[in-house]
Amino acid sequence: MATHTGAAPSRGRRFVSQLRRLYAVPTAAFGTTVFVLFLALALLGPWIAPYGANQQDYQGARMAPSSLHWFGTDHLGRDVFSRVLLGAGEILWLSGGGTLLAVLCGTAIGLLSGYLGGWLDELIMRLFDSLLALPALLLALLMLGILGASAWSVLIVMVVVYTPIVARVVRSVVLSVKTRGFVEAARLQGESLGWILFREILPSVLPTLAVETAVRFSYGIFLVASLGFLGVGVQPPSPNWGLMVKEARQTISQTPWALYYPAGAISILVIGVNLMADGLKRIFQTRHD
Amino acid sequence: MLGYSLRRLGFLLLTVLLTSVIIFSVTQWLPGDVCRIILGREAGEKALDACRQDLGLEAPLPVQYLRWLADFSGGDWGQSFSTRTDIFPLVMQRLLNSLRLAVLTLLISVPLAVGLGVLAGLNEGKLVDNLISIGSLSVVGLPEFVTGILLIQLFSFELRRWGLPSLPANSSIRPEAGFVESLPSLILPAITATLVLLAYIARLTRSGVLEEMKQSYVRTADLKGLPRHIVVVRHILPNALLPTITVIAISFGWLISGLVVIENVFNYPGLGRLLVFAIDRRDLPLMQAVALVTVVGFALANLVADLVYALLNPRIRYTEGN
Repeated sequence: MATHTGAAPSRGRRFVSQLRRLYAVPTAAFGTTVFVLFLALALLGPWIAPYGANQQDYQGARMAPSSLHWFGTDHLGRDVFSRVLLGAGEILWLSGGGTLLAVLCGTAIGLLSGYLGGWLDELIMRLFDSLLALPALLLALLMLGILGASAWSVLIVMVVVYTPIVARVVRSVVLSVKTRGFVEAARLQGESLGWILFREILPSVLPTLAVETAVRFSYGIFLVASLGFLGVGVQPPSPNWGLMVKEARQTISQTPWALYYPAGAISILVIGVNLMADGLKRIFQTRHD
Repeated sequence: MLGYSLRRLGFLLLTVLLTSVIIFSVTQWLPGDVCRIILGREAGEKALDACRQDLGLEAPLPVQYLRWLADFSGGDWGQSFSTRTDIFPLVMQRLLNSLRLAVLTLLISVPLAVGLGVLAGLNEGKLVDNLISIGSLSVVGLPEFVTGILLIQLFSFELRRWGLPSLPANSSIRPEAGFVESLPSLILPAITATLVLLAYIARLTRSGVLEEMKQSYVRTADLKGLPRHIVVVRHILPNALLPTITVIAISFGWLISGLVVIENVFNYPGLGRLLVFAIDRRDLPLMQAVALVTVVGFALANLVADLVYALLNPRIRYTEGN
């Protein structure tokens, strides 16, 4: 990171202009487009969905895709297209919200812990080490076993599982930056702790943080869907894609479409976010070399 | 080396101890009274008191923790709330099943992944490399439950429809079945897990190869006229594969939990399915036992990774020793 010589605001601005390079890498451009598309569908979902997520029509159960039901209907006569569409909002809200909360907590803890150092830093890092000694999915399952299965539990689980990871990454960047001249200068000028952390150090953390956020986000989507599939996360009748796959498995020979459309949606979304995260990695890591 | 190993072992014990505190205290938050859960809503105050006495719930928490830890290390894991049977034999049997699946997965995925990674690394930027990285990025994105169900459709239902020999769709073998008996049921779950691991190991192998190709000793070997394949096999690979060894050991630990979803897709009686079962029933002792066993397995895999790495790379044990 030898290029960080400018003042804080210009580093922030450079970060934003770097983000635009996402569209220069074809795979990243594809991934970002997929993500933006899903985001748009999620936002518009409630307006463009032809049916409600749990609107049942027993007469029209198990119908193959047609002009009336684009993705067919499931064993309860619910419109699969509407459920997949509304499910986009559900999964992006949960995994995006969980990721953002974890990134906020992790950044705050990582900045403070890394900058202040001392016994507090030592204590926090040892605690996080032992949390990370548990495989993420195990910790998630254990917590859900105690909190009970619900969307809120899934959100809490994501924050607890991802905060230590983000905090560690942020802290390692802080440690490498805090002895640099511009931080030293700010301290000698008597700037407040908040100013030093957020205006001086944070801009240097942003590239790493962007990559980490994207990676966590893709794992988060994966986690929310997997927990839904296992039946320990979001509960029926929510249009969670993992849960839809689980329910449709029982009737796969009669209503294969009820399984393949949500399964396809989750696959495309995760691949898209993965490609976007990979693009961010390429943009920011080439700069570090 | 001995000093290094002992230090690592001490570190492992410390980690396991700390996580055992976490597991114990996390399960203390469970809303409601454990005895209420065991005895049901209609239980009288007297029965509840007796039950609490029985389980030692009157004692202060640190004492309860120490008792729990002592019982656990002594092999007395108590009884499951939901099955009313001893936990120890149940967990051990499921652990064995999960280990079988994990070992088979590694046997398939490691040679394949290392091969693909080396191929991609040696052809950096060319078509082969791009195909492998796009392929692995896409496979990484597919959740295990999607790939698992697709594989079942393909290799079980479709093959059977065409009258061809097919693999079982349901891997719910008898829990005490032997390895040979359960092998056909293991193939599809193992392939599913392979798809997850493949991309991960291949990408790390690729970057290891790229890293080594930049080194000056490789240029020296090239310039002194050694044929390319000898440079690759004798000089690049031994160094490039070092980090991969660590990764393989870590993936073994990862597999223990990564298999949770796969075991549930295939109804395979492993540790992961037992955990989901325990969570469904809110079976506290069973949850604790499965979690601790998993943590110990995870930590052991990490220990093996560290030791093998130090054995092969003297720089590590010397710098850490001083």
